[in-house]
Amino acid sequence: MADTVVRTRKQQSAAHGAPKGVGRLPRAAVHHPWWFALPAIVVFAGFFLVPNLLNFYYPFTNWSSYHADIAFTGLDNFRTIADDGSLLRAIRTTLVYALLAALFQNGFGLVLALLLEDDSRFNRFFRAVFFLPVLISALATGYVFQALLDQDGALNSVLGTDIPWLGSTTWTLVIVTLIHGWKWMGLSMLIYLAGLKGIPGEMLEAAKCDGAGPWRTFWSVRWPMLAPAVTFNVTTALIGSMNTFDIVQATTGGGPAASTEVFNIYMFRIFGQGLYAQASAMSLVLFLVVVAVAIPLVVGLRRREQLL
Amino acid sequence: MTAVWRYGRPSLVVLLAGLAVGVPLWLVAVTSAKPQAEAIEPNLDLPRHWQPSANYADAVSQGEMLRGFLNSLLVVVPSVVLVLLLGAGAAWVFARRKSKLVSAAYALCISGLLLPPAVITIVMELRQLGLAGTRPGMIAVYTGMYLSTSIFFMTGFIRAIPTELEEAARMDGASPSRIFWRIVLPLLRPVIATATIMVMLYAWSDVFYAFFVLGGGDRATLPLNLYQVASAQLYLNNWHLVFAYVVVMSLPMVAVFLVGQRKIVSGITSGAVK
Repeated sequence: MADTVVRTRKQQSAAHGAPKGVGRLPRAAVHHPWWFALPAIVVFAGFFLVPNLLNFYYPFTNWSSYHADIAFTGLDNFRTIADDGSLLRAIRTTLVYALLAALFQNGFGLVLALLLEDDSRFNRFFRAVFFLPVLISALATGYVFQALLDQDGALNSVLGTDIPWLGSTTWTLVIVTLIHGWKWMGLSMLIYLAGLKGIPGEMLEAAKCDGAGPWRTFWSVRWPMLAPAVTFNVTTALIGSMNTFDIVQATTGGGPAASTEVFNIYMFRIFGQGLYAQASAMSLVLFLVVVAVAIPLVVGLRRREQLL
Repeated sequence: MTAVWRYGRPSLVVLLAGLAVGVPLWLVAVTSAKPQAEAIEPNLDLPRHWQPSANYADAVSQGEMLRGFLNSLLVVVPSVVLVLLLGAGAAWVFARRKSKLVSAAYALCISGLLLPPAVITIVMELRQLGLAGTRPGMIAVYTGMYLSTSIFFMTGFIRAIPTELEEAARMDGASPSRIFWRIVLPLLRPVIATATIMVMLYAWSDVFYAFFVLGGGDRATLPLNLYQVASAQLYLNNWHLVFAYVVVMSLPMVAVFLVGQRKIVSGITSGAVK
C-alpha cells in the first residue's frame, strides 16, 4: 500500500496527463478511504436513524403490552391523544418550557459572562463556581430544588412563608424552567465568554474614542459581535430543553394536574402503562415539533449573523 | 460609573454565587449530615446531631452505590471511547474529501445534533436484536446519540489543520491507518477533551434513556439507582440519604472537571463559536 502511494505521486509529478492514481481509484479514496467513516455511519444509522424511521410506522399500530401481535390501526393512537387533550397540552407545555428555559439559560449566562469577562484569578474562580451546576446531574438538581421549594422545604422556612412553589398550575412551569436555566447557565456563560474574547480590542477602543458609553458599546458593538455565540447557545438551549425529562420528573413529576407534563414525561408515563404505540405517537409528534422549530431557527439565526 | 463598577462588580459576583450556587450546595451538604428526623423538613440549619458517616454508609449500601458506579463506568466509558474513535474516523474522511456524496453523508451524520432520539422505537429495535436491557444495547444507543456531536466538532477542527503534516507522512510511505493513528488522532487531542466532557456530562447523568433501555434491576446506572431509591415509597422524603447519594454521585464529574479544567473550558469554547 505504502509503495503504491509513493509511486502515484511520482507518476503525477513526472508525467502530466498520465492516468491518475493506481488501480483507478481517485487520490482521495486512497488517502482517506471510506472505511474510516463506515463504522460511525453504521452505528449512527443503526441506532439513531433506523429508530427514527421506525417511529413513522409504529404510531399507526396497536403495539402494546396487551397484544401478542402488532396490527395496523391507522390514526387511532393520534385520535386518542388528541381527544383526551394530552396532545395539545404536551405541545403547549413543551414549547413554553423550551422558550422560557432558553431565555433564562441565555439571560443568566450572558449576565455572568459580562460580569466575569476579564481574565483575573477572582473571575476564573467564580466561573468555575457557576459551572458547578452543569456538572451535577439534572436528576440530582431536581431533587435539590424539590427540597428547597417544597411546601415544607428550605425556602419557606427561611422566608417564614407557606407558599406551594411547586403546586401552582400556572407558575410551577415557570419555576421549573428557572431551575433548568440555573442548571445550564454555566455552559452558556463559557460560550458567551469565548464570544466576548473574540471581539477585537481595536473595535472596542474605536467605540470608546467615538465617545460610546458602556451601554452604547454593548448594544452597538459587543451584542452584534456575539451573534455566533447567540446562535449556538439559543439553538442548543431550545432543542435541548424540548428533550427535557430529569429536572421535571424530579421536581414535579409532570404535576400539578399535568401542568408541567412535557413530551418526555408523557412518554415515560404512557410507556410505563404498556401503551407503546401511543407513546411512540407522542414521540413522532415531538420529532415533528423539533424539526418545525429547529429548521427556521437555524436558518433565521444564520441569516441574522450575516446581516449584523 | 467606573468606581461603582470596580467595587460593585466583585460584591455582586460574590452575592450571586452565594445565593444561586452556595445556598443549594449548602442545603445538600448539611442535609446529608442530618438524622432522618431533622432532614424530613429540609432547611438550611446546621445539623443538631451530626451523622454524616452513617448517612453516607447507608446511601452506599442501601442505594447499591458500588454496583451502580460500576454499571455506569461499564456503560459510559465504552460509549465515550466509541464516540471518539468512530467520530474521529468519520470526521477525517468528511473533512478531507470533497464530493456531493461526502457532504450528504456528513449532513446525515450531524442530523443528530438537532433531531431527538426516537426512544420508544429504540426499545423496539433493541428487543428484536436481543439487546434490550443489556450493556451493549445501552452503549450502542449512547454512541448513536452522541456521534453527531463529536463528528461535528471534530470535522470543524480537522478542516482547520493544514494538510502538510499528513502529506509529509504520506511521502514517507505511511499508510492511511498509520497516518490516522500517528498524526490525526494526536492532533485531535484538544477536541477529544471537549467531546469527552460533553458526552460524559450527558451520559453520566442520564436517566431517561437508561430507564428505557436498561430498566431497573442489576444493570441500573448510578442516576437510575438514585431515581429508584428516591422514588421508592420506603425512602420517600429521606432527604438525608438522597443528598448523601447526590454528593457521592457528583464527585467523579467534579473531579474530572477540576483535573482538566483549563482544557475543558478552552475546548468547549473553541469548538462552539465557529
